[in-house]
Amino acid sequence: MSDDIADVKVTVTVNGRPRRAAVPPRLTLADFLRERCQLTGTHLGCEHGVCGACSVLLDGEAVCACLMFAVQADGAEVTTVEGLSPGDGELSPVQAAFRDHHGLQCGFCTPGFVVSVTAFLRDNPDPSDDQIREALSGNLCRCTGYQGIFKAVRAAAESSSASATPSETR
Amino acid sequence: MKPTAFDYHAPASPEEAVSLLGSLGDGAKIIAGGQSLTPMLALRLAVFEHLVDIRRIESLRGVSRSNGTVRVGAGTTEAAVGRSDVVAADVPLLARATPFIGHLAIRNRGTIGGCVAHADAAAEYPAVALALDATIETLSPRGTRSIPAAEFFTGIWSTALEPDELITALEFGVWSGRTGFAVEEFAVRSGDFAIAGATVAVELSSSGSVDRCAIGLFGLGPTAVRATAAEESAAGTAVPDLNPDEIGQAALAGQDVPSDSHGSAAYRTRVGAAMVATAWRRAVKEASGE
Ligand SMILES: Cc1cc2nc3c(=O)[nH]c(=O)nc-3n(C[C@H](O)[C@H](O)[C@H](O)COP(=O)(O)OP(=O)(O)OC[C@H]3O[C@@H](n4cnc5c(N)ncnc54)[C@H](O)[C@@H]3O)c2cc1C
Ligand code: FES
Ligand code: FES
Repeated sequence: MSDDIADVKVTVTVNGRPRRAAVPPRLTLADFLRERCQLTGTHLGCEHGVCGACSVLLDGEAVCACLMFAVQADGAEVTTVEGLSPGDGELSPVQAAFRDHHGLQCGFCTPGFVVSVTAFLRDNPDPSDDQIREALSGNLCRCTGYQGIFKAVRAAAESSSASATPSETR
Repeated sequence: MKPTAFDYHAPASPEEAVSLLGSLGDGAKIIAGGQSLTPMLALRLAVFEHLVDIRRIESLRGVSRSNGTVRVGAGTTEAAVGRSDVVAADVPLLARATPFIGHLAIRNRGTIGGCVAHADAAAEYPAVALALDATIETLSPRGTRSIPAAEFFTGIWSTALEPDELITALEFGVWSGRTGFAVEEFAVRSGDFAIAGATVAVELSSSGSVDRCAIGLFGLGPTAVRATAAEESAAGTAVPDLNPDEIGQAALAGQDVPSDSHGSAAYRTRVGAAMVATAWRRAVKEASGE
């Protein structure tokens, strides 16, 4: 059955760079990013939408890369955790806050948290504690007990609302 | 696990989508947000040779209001429903149910059409559609249909849809006057499907009696269900003469409540009655202008 299914040509802009590939329709976006783009920061935990380890931004919105096929992302812009840092080994504000506030231990869940928290703080620059907890509910962590993660998000929100100009917070 | 191999089709219009479904036959399935279908494909609970992706069809997306009804395109994401000012103002029950669906990453992809077509008994939108007597608009190679929500959910994960039939939109009547709306749900963790949940809409007369009311239950039967007997016993009665806890018990009386590892039928019945009672209190409070 799988032999007679043709690959489909897709173009996905990943972290600003257009990636052209011929993919089998059943290739998930997560596997496309990890195996075809060698961007292994997008992790796979459950592969059914529960753990959030595979979170990426699709045209700016957080989605589970395990619950999409690469063919569905044809023409879209994808940002992975690798695309969030400014480069040269520097950390993004959310990443730096995770490091400073013990928001990670083994680090398996961290890329997913960093991606969803980045989108959350962009849309809610001044969140309440309850909003932060709700925003974290789509990501599971087996190590930290979440308190460090919560503190990191609080700190990232405060540092960005202190530095952001209105045009940056949109 | 990974899904079995399939061919991918991305039609540009609803007509093209249903003609593809018609010609490809039983091996074809619509994929919208994929938030229910993709896990089933990955777990190989479902196997299809062809997926017909409707997310690229512009005309299936968006919310509009005309002549006392709000039309929500089937391809509108749950997140977009949650952000819509029209939905918040004119179909508050739908707006208030939305944050209970999964978590944001799920709502960013999942669609209202996919949610009602999937027809999970514990899903929120089917209970809202039932409570508000929504109409499900469809298109198939044989033409269009308007299916009342009351006739749409036919059993466990089953609906009145034919295999080659596409939901194009849901239409909700706008309740006006002294109205109140509430959704209550109990789940193990935030974002999980409900153990038990209730949606309540009430409209009060100027003298403070119940002009009309609607109670939709989810997680409490083989499909979402309407608690018709409880509604009928409350209608026409003055609010102070109604005991919300009794309405909750009446709503659950005679329901075919499921048992599973998350809770026995007896437990779910108690939780469900409490959800109805709490939602009732909140809806009545809002309708009374308190
Ligand atoms: C972790 C997790 C938690 C979740 N929690 C909840 C929850 O609490 N409450 C809840 O309600 N849902 C929940 N969901 C499911 C989510 O709401 C789905 O988005 C929704 O059930 C299906 O919508 P979809 O667009 O993703 O449909 P898909 O997954 O693409 O399709 C689902 C089914 O509907 C059919 N279909 C889709 N669109 C149409 C159409 N227009 N016409 C005809 N048939 C169509 C498909 O063929 C398929 O059979 C959860 C999902 C996950 C992964
Ligand atoms: S791997 Fe995608 S949500 Fe768990
Ligand atoms: S740090 Fe190990 S899973 Fe979160």
